[in-house]
Amino acid sequence: MAEDELKLLGMWASPFAIRVRMMLEEKGLSYEYIEQDLLNKSELLLKHNPIHKKVPVLIHGNRDICESLVILQYIDEKWSKTGPPILPIDPYDRAIARFWAMYIDDKLLPSFIGFMKATTEEAKAEKIADTRTALELLEGAFKKCSAGKDFFGGDSIGYLDVTLGSQLGWIETAERISGAKLLDEAKVPLLVDWAKRFLTLNCAKKTLPTVEQLEKYARELQVTRWKVATAN
Amino acid sequence: MATSNGPVLLDFWVSPFGQRVRIAMAEKGIEYEYKEEDLFNKSELLLNSNPVHKKVPVLIHDGKTICESLIIMEYVDEVWSGKVKLLPSDSYQRAQARFWADFSSKVYECGTRVWKLKGEKQEAAKKEMIEMLKLFEAELGNKTYFGGDTFGFVDTALIPFTSWFYTYETFGNFSIKEVTPKIGAWAKRCMERESVAKALYEPNKVYEFVCFLKKYYGIE
Repeated sequence: MAEDELKLLGMWASPFAIRVRMMLEEKGLSYEYIEQDLLNKSELLLKHNPIHKKVPVLIHGNRDICESLVILQYIDEKWSKTGPPILPIDPYDRAIARFWAMYIDDKLLPSFIGFMKATTEEAKAEKIADTRTALELLEGAFKKCSAGKDFFGGDSIGYLDVTLGSQLGWIETAERISGAKLLDEAKVPLLVDWAKRFLTLNCAKKTLPTVEQLEKYARELQVTRWKVATAN
Repeated sequence: MATSNGPVLLDFWVSPFGQRVRIAMAEKGIEYEYKEEDLFNKSELLLNSNPVHKKVPVLIHDGKTICESLIIMEYVDEVWSGKVKLLPSDSYQRAQARFWADFSSKVYECGTRVWKLKGEKQEAAKKEMIEMLKLFEAELGNKTYFGGDTFGFVDTALIPFTSWFYTYETFGNFSIKEVTPKIGAWAKRCMERESVAKALYEPNKVYEFVCFLKKYYGIE
């Protein structure tokens, strides 16, 4: 493979893979996308991510970069002269962006995924509450990071926009399955507006699956993998 | 709150996450004020500085707070960008360093399951621990440090957990040292560094602390 060829191993529903695709789109970088079957992992995936065996994996020439947030930072540094920066320039702002990205993945995502895996009404209610708490904190983070502008990254999208943006389809799926409003304009108005703006962007339209696709997939997972529902 | 002239680190003596930051600061020759926090009776300062997680370590610098040990390490590396660098300058090597540093945090989570749990779950945690450390051994290879010739980001991130191995071995009734000798040798080399020796506590002290924790939480 040529020295600077880019390939991305991903999965259509994975927010971790989607966020990398969003950024590659945003930066106008050409790459070969290779869809992975995570239930039947390919030799390619096992070869390029032997440690975690997960997507996404960015293959740049003969180098493998794993872990979505590590990949985003790699793209930021390698293609720093192409388009706006992914992470802010100031070290403190970078620390804040890193902090909230960790929070989104460690607290927000497990909450709404946890809701879909929950078996009791009590557990479901707890996960919904956790999701709402996380979104309320992120509302505050948005206010601080955006400083009155359209995105977490300011005038253009950045690290936090794609980290959270890649989860928008899943959040809406959780809303449909639970019947509960999560991105509630009464509670998190700034995030609701940001989400509307984000979804109009090319990078979002090109990479996010439809909520219909995700809901179908989530309900399948509930039956087959998470065993919290029975097939109709 | 009175403004400090230099950085302030909110920490807890035996916290391996806090130790990561202490080692990083020492390696880079940064002067700072260390504030011991009572995690069983959290201070207003801690709760105000890290309202989201209420955990240590927290770095307070120029009136701003930075939380999460690896994030603090990156911040410190960027702000005090003098001669000593924790992260390498090549983007790919930086990606590798971030990957392995992230992975090292899982050692602690796994280790906690080893000392807290019993039966099948403990066996599973023990197996996972050995598998993880073997991966680290393979990554280290014949290098002096994970950073190569120089002590760096991954070394700083992983070394504090080595003083917990004795605790894991004792509660888990298994050997870590015997099955991962290269890690043991690397840990010894790291302990020769003043930054590491000053930050870490004797494995026995860590063990005593975990015994205290077990009593405190009523774990058999």
